[in-house]
Amino acid sequence: MEDHLPVLLVVVPLFSALIAPLVGRGDKPWYVAMAATWSVFLLSAVLCARIYGIIGASGDPSAFISYAMGNWALPWGIEYRVDAFNALLLLIIAAVSAVVTVYARLSIAHEIPADRVNFFYGLWLLFFAGLLGVTVSGDVFNVYVLLEVSSLAGYSLVAMGKYLDRRALWASINYLFLGSIGASFFLLGIGYLYSATGTLNMADLSERLRSLHDSRTVVTAFVFLLVGLGIKMALFPFHIWLPGAHGYAPPIVSALLSGVAIKVGAYVMVRLLFSVLGIEFGFETLPTRPILLAFSSLAILGGSYLAIRQSSLKRLLAYSSVAQIGYITLGFTLANEDGLTGSFIHIFNHALMKSGLFLIAGIVVYRLGTSELAALRGLGRRMPFTMAGFTAGGLGLIGTPLTAGFVSKWYLVAAAIERGQSFLAAVILLGSLLAVVYVWRVVELIYFEPRPESSTQVREGPWSLVVPAWVLIGASLYFGVDASLSSSMARQAARALLGPG
Amino acid sequence: MIRVGTMIPLTLLIPLLGAGVISLLGRWPDLRETASLVTAASLVGVVLSLLLVAAPAGSTHFTLLEVLPGLRLALHLEPLGLAFASVASTLWVLTSLYSIGYMRGHGEEHQTRFYACFALTIAAAMGIAFAGNVFTLFVFYEIMTLVTYPLVTHRGDREAVGAGRLYLGYLFGTSVGFFLFAMVWTWLVAGTLDFEPGGILAGKASPGIVGCLLFLYAFGIGKAALMPFHRWLPAAMVAPTPVSALLHAVAVVKAGVFSVLKIVVYIFGIDLLRDTGWNVWLAYLAAVTIVVASLIAFTKDNLKARLAYSTISQLAYIVLGAGLSNAGGVVGAAMHIVTHAFGKITLFFCAGAIAVAAHKTNISEMDRIGRTMPVTMGAFLIGSLSIIGLPPLGGVWSKWYLIAGAAGAGEFPLVAVLLLSSLLNIGYLLPVAVRAFFGVPSQSPRQVKIKEAPLCCLIPICITSAGCLALFFFANQLYAYLINMLG
Repeated sequence: MEDHLPVLLVVVPLFSALIAPLVGRGDKPWYVAMAATWSVFLLSAVLCARIYGIIGASGDPSAFISYAMGNWALPWGIEYRVDAFNALLLLIIAAVSAVVTVYARLSIAHEIPADRVNFFYGLWLLFFAGLLGVTVSGDVFNVYVLLEVSSLAGYSLVAMGKYLDRRALWASINYLFLGSIGASFFLLGIGYLYSATGTLNMADLSERLRSLHDSRTVVTAFVFLLVGLGIKMALFPFHIWLPGAHGYAPPIVSALLSGVAIKVGAYVMVRLLFSVLGIEFGFETLPTRPILLAFSSLAILGGSYLAIRQSSLKRLLAYSSVAQIGYITLGFTLANEDGLTGSFIHIFNHALMKSGLFLIAGIVVYRLGTSELAALRGLGRRMPFTMAGFTAGGLGLIGTPLTAGFVSKWYLVAAAIERGQSFLAAVILLGSLLAVVYVWRVVELIYFEPRPESSTQVREGPWSLVVPAWVLIGASLYFGVDASLSSSMARQAARALLGPG
Repeated sequence: MIRVGTMIPLTLLIPLLGAGVISLLGRWPDLRETASLVTAASLVGVVLSLLLVAAPAGSTHFTLLEVLPGLRLALHLEPLGLAFASVASTLWVLTSLYSIGYMRGHGEEHQTRFYACFALTIAAAMGIAFAGNVFTLFVFYEIMTLVTYPLVTHRGDREAVGAGRLYLGYLFGTSVGFFLFAMVWTWLVAGTLDFEPGGILAGKASPGIVGCLLFLYAFGIGKAALMPFHRWLPAAMVAPTPVSALLHAVAVVKAGVFSVLKIVVYIFGIDLLRDTGWNVWLAYLAAVTIVVASLIAFTKDNLKARLAYSTISQLAYIVLGAGLSNAGGVVGAAMHIVTHAFGKITLFFCAGAIAVAAHKTNISEMDRIGRTMPVTMGAFLIGSLSIIGLPPLGGVWSKWYLIAGAAGAGEFPLVAVLLLSSLLNIGYLLPVAVRAFFGVPSQSPRQVKIKEAPLCCLIPICITSAGCLALFFFANQLYAYLINMLG
């Protein structure tokens, strides 16, 4: 049983996704989703503990657990491979999804017609299974398949936002077009790689690619792969689908999309660059570093600037995610232990903060039916817990000390200075300042403006929504005050990727 | 036997609890104000007993929590911090009393929020005063910016909100842009952020890095209002006067210059700074601010605005002292934190008293106001003379040491600037008192009747002006205590 842990992470939600639409109406599909997400959460925690145990015992930072699907011999069969890096990401995905699923019951019952709720949970679990599968798989074609599973589920989930706002349909189509273009690029890249090496297994690929560094096919393959992933992870300037999709989807979908789904794209990118391609080829031979660096800086500054100009809370948060992805890829370009630690800890911290903030936005939508900023005026007194949650999460986005965001930025700034690239530190800090503006705009509205006269009475959100949101926000605060656990896990992950030496 | 280790966290805890109690008692104003006074009084008790109990040179670190390995939230006790804490907590008691008179006299709204935020600000000030490393200092520095925002925008109208944005923009902009950057850099160079007597950078940083770090810190600590990052301070004057008095003459701005001084003494170490020669640049930068701010003060007719520019100029004295980086300069700067606090808070209290009793804010309207408010204007005169630096008032000594320090460093242009500045102070402060007593009112003279501010306002005014006087006679003890910080 224990040996099957890696595959169970995908199989459990995949089968639950088939069951959920069939169990009937009411809360039943939700129970299925709860059972699936929480058991996956437990499984991933066990898996995490095991991999850290192995690393501790062997002293090898890049130790891994390998699982051969159906006992097919590697590298012909599909391999699922878990090391310190993806174990961390699996845990984040599972933890955030488990908490968001608790929140889903009331939120979804409110937003989606009763006869569609069972399909929603089916798609929800499919989406979840896809994200986990991409992360755990050690086979590039399998990664593609599962990336499409999660993306297709994602398009439909975004479209479910239509019951609140018809613009969700357009956003979904937009997402579908761009996402499919990204997927095609990715698939082309895999095709080229396969034609050059004859293998799809990542570990095997990295072996064979060593002698193929001057092959044009390989270079072309990687350009396709990286552009495809850039679209999937909404890296500036490929971000244009994101604000609509994350802004008009049901809030819990946005929470998962912004909190973890784009991180999975970032994960695949870093996996390809570091594990498959190798740092030397990936960064030194190919001009990846300057390109990625320019895109990341633009993402941070552009995303933050556009966030300032939004008039709806959800879109504001969505643009903020564009910027946060920039921080993560910026850490990749530094390609040293501190930089990667910064990126990974930011993947972790931002998952908590942004999912929490989207859940907060969901409470506002639950009570007011909209997340337009104008409607938020003076809400601080009416919804004290919700709005305090927004403030705490917002401070995290800014990176105020004693929030998780500070820890991420600390590592990133330190890594940038260490690399002698002070202007990157300046970009990071400038991004924080822009974040002050977009967060403070909202804080000013909710606390220092009177409630409009004409507005109806608003009460604090129901506990079953406030508590899960605060669990995520509270966790982000906790990991800002005591970052020893998150930082040591992120450092292990960075070491796993950089290998010994 | 009282343990020092438990008392330092207590200085944070008392105002925090106070803020909690104050917000719970919002419905009963009298109880709420009592709570505010009790909190302030007990805080003073604790801080002053620390002053008596603790050995002056002790610098034990007490770790509250550890965020990352080596990155701790830690407190420690040293003479400079204790002096700042004593001033801030003592003046808080008086300001609490004064606020009661002012806020009720003015019929201000949101008083509960006001008192609670005030207590939180003091908690942040205590955190800054006792910070054991740069990280802790930074944390409380940012907290202070956040909790003073509602105080600055208290009125809630367009002007106040605009001023609040300016306030946040400048303070966050400089602290995130420069201060944080300098802190990370220090961490990478020195491997620690702890305040140690003699500094932590010696032998680890090249002169070039020291220079960069010095200016990143000096401008990054925007609360020190070094030009060109000073605009937030005049803007913040839209706040109610007790806020301007305690926060923008004592707690907030002094937290800024205190941080500069503390980093110069305990991070760079004055010997290292003198060796690199960068300190002189800082001193001359401060000298420019001293003169320019004084000149701007002349153009301001609004009393609070004039006082604000006077504060900017006086804060630069302290930065100048830090820049001199010798015993006279640094101790003179530390003394100036104390003496200027008493002088300037008196002036702000008076400005507030005039606003409450006579509803006047512009100097040009204050002709002969000394006839109706003799006590207030008498105190104003004492405060002005202390700021100018004339005996028998406390202000004279801090200027004395600063001038001595400048002369000792051989920087005679700086001596000239300090002397010129005293003349400028006379030029923009004395006319206010002179007009108040001898000016000719434009309207026809009416029956002169004494109409002072409420007693709650008058008592603190008398005490702080007496404080200015007392500091003249106890300067020696203050000097002997503060010199300990150089180890």
